[in-house]
Amino acid sequence: MTEFIQQLINGLAWGSIYALIALGYTMVYGILRLINFAHGEVYMIGAMTGYYAVHWGMGTGSLYHLLAVICIAMLVCSLLGWAIERAAYRPMRQAPRLNVLITAIGVSLFLQFSGQYIFGADPKPFPALIENKNVLDLHGVVLSNIQVTIFVSSIVLMLGLRYIVFNTQMGKAMRAVSYDHTASYLVGINVNRVISFTFILGSALAGAAGILVGLSNPTVNPLMGLMPGIKAFIAAVLGGIGNIPGALIGGLIMGVAETMVSGYLSGTYRDALAFIILIIILVVRPQGLLGKSTQEKV
Amino acid sequence: MLKVCDLHVHYGAIHALKGLTLEINSGEIVALIGSNGAGKTTLLRTISGLIRPSAGSIEFTHRGQKCRLNKIETHKIVSLGLAQVPEGRMIFQNLSVLENLELGAYPSNNKKNLEEDLEKNFLLFPRLKERLKQNAGTLSGGEQQMLAISRALMSRPSLLLLDEPSLGIAPALVQQIFSKLVEINEMGTTIFLVEQDAFLALETAHRAYVLETGQFYTQGKAEELLHDSKIRQAYLGEVSA
Ligand SMILES: Nc1ncnc2c1ncn2[C@@H]1O[C@H](COP(=O)(O)OP(=O)(O)O)[C@@H](O)[C@H]1O
Ligand SMILES: [Mg+2]
Repeated sequence: MTEFIQQLINGLAWGSIYALIALGYTMVYGILRLINFAHGEVYMIGAMTGYYAVHWGMGTGSLYHLLAVICIAMLVCSLLGWAIERAAYRPMRQAPRLNVLITAIGVSLFLQFSGQYIFGADPKPFPALIENKNVLDLHGVVLSNIQVTIFVSSIVLMLGLRYIVFNTQMGKAMRAVSYDHTASYLVGINVNRVISFTFILGSALAGAAGILVGLSNPTVNPLMGLMPGIKAFIAAVLGGIGNIPGALIGGLIMGVAETMVSGYLSGTYRDALAFIILIIILVVRPQGLLGKSTQEKV
Repeated sequence: MLKVCDLHVHYGAIHALKGLTLEINSGEIVALIGSNGAGKTTLLRTISGLIRPSAGSIEFTHRGQKCRLNKIETHKIVSLGLAQVPEGRMIFQNLSVLENLELGAYPSNNKKNLEEDLEKNFLLFPRLKERLKQNAGTLSGGEQQMLAISRALMSRPSLLLLDEPSLGIAPALVQQIFSKLVEINEMGTTIFLVEQDAFLALETAHRAYVLETGQFYTQGKAEELLHDSKIRQAYLGEVSA
């Protein structure tokens, strides 16, 4: 039982990070019906930003440093997400779906290989932004301060996202655009601005995820976005792509399932699990757990 | 108020509008009638900037200032005071009635005007007030049309374009909606009304244009067109003697 609860906590922490990344996939899909394959690379840039921020003189060791690094990573990733949409996707807005899909894969590869060129291909040690301590030890179930940081940051970010989507003018515009572009234009919404904003928001969350992952993973490298990117995408599909609470639930399920599988079976099955989940969901409930089976528009 | 001059629109190789010239004056209700596929929706979408013309000009006078709409983006055209109730209504069915109305006021985003304009719309369509918190997708077709008109009015347009507001709506509600259009016009909004139901349109409008496969067949005072024998045969279902 102790082990199970421990695995559950570890899984939820890991799943929170998937959830943060999955939110970006799902929001962009909701608004453009586009799978932004470069999103995993945005997360990688978030982690790299953390590495370089400390490398170039940001201090470490306190909560302020951690918060500052998260903010910097979110800012850098926002800019990157905005630029990706402007440079790669906007010119393709009227193009057939397949062309856009290929463009997305192209952007992803471009960022992976530019990353290898600029940062070097070998893994870099991620700085210890805060010292790893256990803050709770209950009959052998331990909770580390890093896990607490991951939980608190994710919850704050998701509440912030919820606030933006449901309580602001821009959030209302996002929901309108996700329903229909023409109708949105006709009520006077600058649809392009809303799309830019959505990329900025999703990328900022991925940037934060990059730092949070750095706290628990020892190294970062330019290809680190690939697997988490695919898994977070599968998490978004699992929850129902386009559905924001779905991305959250999908991410958590994915994290817990992976941790359980590597804990009770073997670490070697871990990466296969995501694809098994994908196949099952596509066969059994292709619209995802929270997705509606009806088509989004007429 | 609106001047369209020699307007041509193409969909690839299809020549959908073949040189339309029309004018709408402040205060009028002008109808555009024509059968299915004549190009009515294409004209409205081009005026709103959703489709770009291949030739010709669209000029809109806003607060005494002339604007060429040809290259202005749709959302800016709306904030100039030219709103459209599109074909099929295009209600945000995933949002509440209130949120739909608030989105109508999106360009100005002014809290004080918002309250005032909501009240005005509730006077026009009291049903909407009862269903404010309801998901817009649950409204009947007629109620959705009322919502679409109200939503367009929330941007305080000086010119309102409507694309077949009677389509798919119970006849009793159609009468009601058209009488509201006259009220809206009397309160100072100029109306350009596209209709397939020619009788309804000609009864409501001051003037009308008749569109046939991308060209105007004729135009004139609504009353005169109502009594024109060719129009009666072609559009009002009258059997020739
Ligand atoms: N998106 C489109 N692509 C190609 N052809 C179109 C498109 N929309 C309309 N058309 C064609 O343009 C003509 C006019 O259509 P439309 O403006 O919808 O007519 P109406 O509103 O009068 O029924 C029709 O022949 C129609 O087939
Ligand atoms: Mg039409």
